[in-house]
Amino acid sequence: MNADVSLSQGLAKDDPGLRAKIEDFLYLEADLLDEWRIEEWFALFAEGATYEVPPTGEDDADPATSLFYIADDYVRLRERVVRLTKKEAHSEFPRSRQRHMISNVRITAMAAGVADVACNFITYRAKRGVVDTYYGKHLYRIDCAANPWKIKTKRSVLGMDMLYPGKLTIII
Amino acid sequence: MDITVPNPGLPLTSSDMVVEDRQRHLFRVARRAFTDEAVLEQERRQIFDRCWLYLGHSSEIRNNCDFVSRAVGGRELIFNRDRGGAVHAFLNTCPHRGAMVVREKKGNALSFRCFYHGWSFNVNGRFASRFDEGNYGKEHYGGGCADLAQVPRLESYRDFWFVNFDRNAMSLADYLAGAKEYIDLVADQGEVEMEIVGSGQQYIINANWKLLAENSIDAFHGFPVHSTYFDYLQNIGSLRSDGFDAKGMSSLGNGHAVIEYASPWGRPIARWVPSWGEEKRELVERIRQGLIQRYGEERGLRIAETSRNMVIFPNLVINDIMAITVRTFYPDAANRMTVSAWALGARDEDHELRKLRLFNFLEFLGPGGFATPDDQEALENCQRGYRNQREAAWNDISKGMPRVGPPKNDDEEQMRCFWRQWRQRMAGAA
Repeated sequence: MNADVSLSQGLAKDDPGLRAKIEDFLYLEADLLDEWRIEEWFALFAEGATYEVPPTGEDDADPATSLFYIADDYVRLRERVVRLTKKEAHSEFPRSRQRHMISNVRITAMAAGVADVACNFITYRAKRGVVDTYYGKHLYRIDCAANPWKIKTKRSVLGMDMLYPGKLTIII
Repeated sequence: MDITVPNPGLPLTSSDMVVEDRQRHLFRVARRAFTDEAVLEQERRQIFDRCWLYLGHSSEIRNNCDFVSRAVGGRELIFNRDRGGAVHAFLNTCPHRGAMVVREKKGNALSFRCFYHGWSFNVNGRFASRFDEGNYGKEHYGGGCADLAQVPRLESYRDFWFVNFDRNAMSLADYLAGAKEYIDLVADQGEVEMEIVGSGQQYIINANWKLLAENSIDAFHGFPVHSTYFDYLQNIGSLRSDGFDAKGMSSLGNGHAVIEYASPWGRPIARWVPSWGEEKRELVERIRQGLIQRYGEERGLRIAETSRNMVIFPNLVINDIMAITVRTFYPDAANRMTVSAWALGARDEDHELRKLRLFNFLEFLGPGGFATPDDQEALENCQRGYRNQREAAWNDISKGMPRVGPPKNDDEEQMRCFWRQWRQRMAGAA
């Protein structure tokens, strides 16, 4: 065992069992979004969590100095979810249909039961006969010591060089 | 309504597409103006080839030899500063065989080199390659034919740079007319100067470009479209109904218009709201007092308190609202535009305020904000609705026409200013 050994749940960064569990967790998250169970989705986040979509081509940008597409703190993320439950969120009424695909899941770091996870994503959104495709990578920090697991940060880095679908109203 | 319905099959002049009847207080725009590719082609020649178009901000090329490459008015341009600090706008095409010479979005370079055959240029545009004798005739480089071509006109006002493809256009200062006063209200917010923060947002809207020009200064749609945004302000305890009086709407000349109003939201310059916390209160108050000290009570409070949405004809929006957005857009087709939007802030802004400015920007603005996406949805729904134009041919823009006295900001006079200019320009009369 190496220095990345987690004391929590006996899980280590290179433990194939951990990756399987993390994949299950990400598939659960994707399913909640696909099914518009957005309040349950929000419950996956730890208090104080952040959700961000940085400018294209600037994976490491800081929302204090760069203009992001989305940079939510926990309160605004909650409010984003509240907004999306209303039919006055016109861009998502009637609701679009969406599918979230996750692949290339890697655990990049593990310390004190908190895993840094990178994965690729493709998200499809369909509305009024137009299909929007979003792709890129998600960077997560997941608290695996919490019960149930909680997302501490999620950063969705767009793979496109501009936002070809005009809107970012769904959670990609 | 007994306005004659234009037959979509017949040629229609742009003056037929904008109908103003002051006696009956009616203002109508043919929906065909938003859908017809022939109209768009005419717009390219009469409007985008002749009006002053926003290119970029000085802060984007702050240092000598900085450059930005950018699409403006259907062209591909290089916006740069040469070794001596002079600002240029070049057509980004090699005089040799046409390849784009600059392919990066931005950078700093001592020279530009076309990758196709290696022709090189100084950053002042002059041809810089040396070829073996015998390759070209002696006169070959005469008359600047091997230099990068300059955009015919390049002028600036308060660090906002504009280009014009019409050599004979009026000066930028004359063109901006009354808009200068409102650019000043933005440019005066920094003690040093203003700057574009980070890179911008770029996104598509599947709608005609004029719909965004209308929407950007339309106060009428605010509450119906953005109720979820106002709910959000309410939920976090940041909805303010007090403050400096609303000013209404002003026509600024040449098709430009502005609305000015008391802000229901917080402004980093300089209107505090409770959700920012007590520690920011003092910081914001200091900025506010600084503005009053520099510009006097009235102008200082006007900068601090009021929000302003401005369209500079045809396609520049400067909205100084919960943050400042500079936004331009260009039609890819009659039913599609590409939008570029930037955040502007004072260069000497406190780190915490800068953070707040960007946070505030995103609560409303941009494709991931709590409001802009619903505007996009409205615009795309309009465009879709225009499929019915054979039977339903006209938009109504008559709100406030019977009003005696100055127009209110949720009247539609600002759109009428835009459309009157559009009609004139399309007829080649402006």
